[in-house]
Amino acid sequence: MQSPMTYAVETRDLTRIFAGKKKRRFRRKAGSNGSEDSLGPVTALDGVSLGIKEGELFGMLGPNGAGKTTLIKILATLLLPTAGQAFVAGHDVAKDPFPIRQRINMVSGGETSGYGLLTARENIWMFSQFYGVPSKVSKERIDDLMHIFGLWDKRDAKVRMLSTGQRQKMNMIRGFVTDPDILFLDEPTLGLDVNAARVIREYVMNWVRKRAGKTVLLTSHYMAEADQMCDRIAIIDKGRILACDTPANLKRMIRTETTFQLEVDTIRDTTSFVGLRGVKNFSHKDDISKNRSHLTFILEDEGPVAEILSSITSQGAKVHSLQKSEPTLEDVFISMVGRGLD
Amino acid sequence: MNTYWRTFKVAAWLGWEMDSNWTEPWLFVLYSVIKPVAGAFILVLMYVVFVAIGRPQGDPDAFSYMYIGNSFFIFVASVLFGTFQVIQSDREWYQTIRYVYISPISYYVYILGRAASKIAVSVFAVAITLVFGVFFLGVRMHLALSDVPLFLVTTILGLAVLLAIGICLGGISFLTAKHTHGLAEGIPGLFYVFCGVLFPLSVLPDWGQAIGRAIPLTYWFDITRRLLAPTISVNTTLGGYDEPTILLFLVISSIAFFGLSVVIYKLGEYFARKAGKIDMTTSY
Ligand SMILES: Nc1ncnc2c1ncn2[C@@H]1O[C@H](COP(=O)(O)OP(=O)(O)O)[C@@H](O)[C@H]1O
Ligand SMILES: [Mg+2]
Repeated sequence: MQSPMTYAVETRDLTRIFAGKKKRRFRRKAGSNGSEDSLGPVTALDGVSLGIKEGELFGMLGPNGAGKTTLIKILATLLLPTAGQAFVAGHDVAKDPFPIRQRINMVSGGETSGYGLLTARENIWMFSQFYGVPSKVSKERIDDLMHIFGLWDKRDAKVRMLSTGQRQKMNMIRGFVTDPDILFLDEPTLGLDVNAARVIREYVMNWVRKRAGKTVLLTSHYMAEADQMCDRIAIIDKGRILACDTPANLKRMIRTETTFQLEVDTIRDTTSFVGLRGVKNFSHKDDISKNRSHLTFILEDEGPVAEILSSITSQGAKVHSLQKSEPTLEDVFISMVGRGLD
Repeated sequence: MNTYWRTFKVAAWLGWEMDSNWTEPWLFVLYSVIKPVAGAFILVLMYVVFVAIGRPQGDPDAFSYMYIGNSFFIFVASVLFGTFQVIQSDREWYQTIRYVYISPISYYVYILGRAASKIAVSVFAVAITLVFGVFFLGVRMHLALSDVPLFLVTTILGLAVLLAIGICLGGISFLTAKHTHGLAEGIPGLFYVFCGVLFPLSVLPDWGQAIGRAIPLTYWFDITRRLLAPTISVNTTLGGYDEPTILLFLVISSIAFFGLSVVIYKLGEYFARKAGKIDMTTSY
């Protein structure tokens, strides 16, 4: 018997440093200054400590390059940590991967893996055989899941004939067909159409909630997705966990703060916002095609609004819209790091 | 044990699907016959050129020697390259390696399973080549019934050595895919020259003979030829040893190579997992 305090996934000071990459090709082209290509060691994870309880749908929310995929790879026994420890189902990922592998599965969104010569069904079936799922059980599960994810029409199509989205659905089925106890989903809806993404979200939520002992770790850089789906969320940036709580509690952290969103003509100078009293943080994103800037301000109160507006108009830019909004997880992120999620 | 068997079965199934299913069945059969026969014609051409250059004076024994050696060399190229390619293709083309790798199987056995279908396909190709040679090209071959068990044993050993070398390459390719590609193409060439495939060891300089004697495949080719064509007389420098001795050399060197392959593979895998290279793509 596992005690209720046992975590399905636990990391202690988990750190992962990648040695610098050699990109000779780029260096030669880019000349010698190579600021972007001066590829020294990269700290992808920096002392991450997390505990994910059995039965939880846990989310990692963070921008590109935050370290989400690296964490998933370590937990899935694909990559070794540089320092610190990680336990999955009570086993150390570095020392004892085999019993972990029997209980997990992993799906990465936005990729198109699969054996092109096999049919969609054969491809999924083959992977289930690696896990010793009885063939008949596997086939029944595949049929069910194909109906649910809308791949039934393509069940006997060769994988190489499937579209990117169809392959992604196939891979999602590959993840569920082995009925893992712990499922790692790395940006599962990346690049999928709205409808397919919704089906997947709902299926994942039901899967965790309706069965005992299932745990999901999901990464995302869509804040709405994380908010809607997850029991708890860790906000990650540059390899560090900035906060970890339920979505409601995370948003409550900035409850006393006010979020304003502005759409203005493209502005160049945002330094004038930095020192303004009452401005906790802000993010700035340009929409080049429309020649507009989107500004999100996290304010301690509504005091500085007038000053912000006058600072914008003094640059000769027009304000097209101004909106006060309910705090979102993205606002929490902006409040902490002064940047949006993408 | 259960895990190993399960891994092997599924991997062999996958390998076979991929090696045989790329076209219509009838085309696959046709291709499987025509390819080795075309290979045999290239051999004849090579031989004709040799004779024209004037070295072996159209000696039928020499032709048989060369023909049988080359037939069995089909195994070397296809098993070696095929094994190496298991990792490469899963990584680069299908991008499935991470999902195969994190499943509860033995990845080592998975490679063996995938290679099994390569072996099956090449057994067929070798057989076709030999039969074609005997019936249409006058190759002197005669396998005594009493030698069949020994022939099977040595063939299995030879294939095991090839798998071992292939898996070594696999372990190395975990770390440096690009360079291993060159190795996987270059090593068969090395064996072609030093293992007495085309011409006997005796034509090599001393240092070349020394290299040949360190490679188990040399003994494999030698004993295979003795069993298949006992009548041909070509001086090979291994003539001084009797069959049991050659077999012993083959067994010992096979075991050594297999042990080495496991070690190199495990090291390669460990360092790849450490460096984050298991599922890297090279984007050539
Ligand atoms: N194999 C690798 N070699 C070198 N750097 C890597 C490797 N994988 C990831 N990184 C770096 O580690 C950081 C985190 O990457 P990743 O975990 O993929 O982030 P995310 O999934 O959150 O977008 C990035 O800066 C990325 O460039
Ligand atoms: Mg990622």
